[in-house]
Amino acid sequence: MFSNKYIFLYTSGLVAAVAIVLALAASLLKPMQERNREVEKMQEILKAAGQTVTGEEAVEVYNAQITSEWMVDMQGALVSEYRNENGNWTALSGGRQASRAFDCDLKTRIEEALSGKKDVLFPVFVCRDSLYIVPLQGKGLWGPIWGYMALGKDFNTVCGATFGHKGETPGLGAEIAENTFQKQFIGKQLFDTAGNFTSITVQKGGARNYAGGEEHAVDAISGGTMTSNGVTAMLSGCLEYYRPFFQNMKAAQQAAADTAVAEPMPVLE
Amino acid sequence: MKEKDIKRQASPAQESKPKQTSEENRLFSAKNLKLLTRPFGADNPVTVQVLGICSALAVTVKLQPALVMAVSVIVVTGFANLIISLLRNTIPPRIRIIVQLTVIATLVILVDQVLKAVAYDVSKQLSVFVGLIITNCIVMGRLEAFAMANKPWPSFLDGIGNGAGYGFILVIVAFIRELFGSGSLLGYKVIPESFYDAGYVNNGLFILPPMALIVLGVIIWIHRSFNRNLIEK
Repeated sequence: MFSNKYIFLYTSGLVAAVAIVLALAASLLKPMQERNREVEKMQEILKAAGQTVTGEEAVEVYNAQITSEWMVDMQGALVSEYRNENGNWTALSGGRQASRAFDCDLKTRIEEALSGKKDVLFPVFVCRDSLYIVPLQGKGLWGPIWGYMALGKDFNTVCGATFGHKGETPGLGAEIAENTFQKQFIGKQLFDTAGNFTSITVQKGGARNYAGGEEHAVDAISGGTMTSNGVTAMLSGCLEYYRPFFQNMKAAQQAAADTAVAEPMPVLE
Repeated sequence: MKEKDIKRQASPAQESKPKQTSEENRLFSAKNLKLLTRPFGADNPVTVQVLGICSALAVTVKLQPALVMAVSVIVVTGFANLIISLLRNTIPPRIRIIVQLTVIATLVILVDQVLKAVAYDVSKQLSVFVGLIITNCIVMGRLEAFAMANKPWPSFLDGIGNGAGYGFILVIVAFIRELFGSGSLLGYKVIPESFYDAGYVNNGLFILPPMALIVLGVIIWIHRSFNRNLIEK
């Protein structure tokens, strides 16, 4: 027979041995796992920009296509900028606070913003100086959902979107990760004609049933209402942080366009 | 104290058959090989013992995740059996299930971590099912039924054999499901485009879990019609 003392010592020894083995394995494999996650993030950003790449070529294509990484604040100002020179990222502005948008974890930023902090910075990825990609993070039915949305130069029209999920129901909510769902977002508008922020609604019963207009809605997934609502909430929630920035950029572009139109006028006269 | 020593010495002798010859002591004796091959036939964990069905339904939509899952389970059953067999005389019987579970859980976490590091895409597809190897009845069943009472080497072979017997069925089911459900194997299109032009369509039912159950049922049916001993009276 085994005494109680033996059993206690035995289990303690076993647990300690197991803990050491697991801790060793975790710390040894961590760099590789992080690398995989980075590659996946690059793939997702590129996918939002309309390019499907394999894991092997992701880093190369990312460094070739993504020209800048910006950090913007909630008041709409561009705080820091990183410029890509053939894969070498250099800080153009931002100073001490600056960090690469790529290294920024959106989830913690959102938590900070929700807790009332005012100077939270959010990442923007710029693809070929013409597509502006913002990350999204939200809640589905069973767990987290996330995504990336690419906007055109007018900071209004969606040029591509991609979504991922931790564990939505296969065949129902999990369809948000499929191309057929994501393709619907292309060409949709974030602002109405009056310039009000409308976000994009995933509409049960189809985009054409959305009261605010078809250009601000996409078709929801049959049987995936909770996940669809999660996507709607994620879009309006995350894009709200970027709204001042989008509006500033829109206004700047409008001003640039106005002067461009205004200048030739005297010549015509 | 003395009694215990005698008991310890006596136990290995009981395990090996009295008429032990050098032939039987070899690593791959006929008896040991049988441990490897029996799980493929008369002792198959899935089709005969009907264990591990849940994961067999979940990971067999495509061949690649099924193969990775098969290898993962082989590793876990093999090494869990080996470790428990090495420890078998030191494990207090009262806490043996906990000890077994700790060993299994450790191995499964290791496998999961390694997959995340070297085969990230597949590990995402397998998602929770790697973690659920912990609850796969095959692993625990072999520890209780075999590793607690046998020497390390036969236990290791038994674990590998049972893992492989499970993986073998997984791969067959995945082969059929991917071929008819997606028209591909390991992601490569095998059904020519001309078939689709002629009106052939992939059978969507094969992608859904119920079809895995039906395929599995058909495999069990075929297995039993070849081996009539398995048919219950």
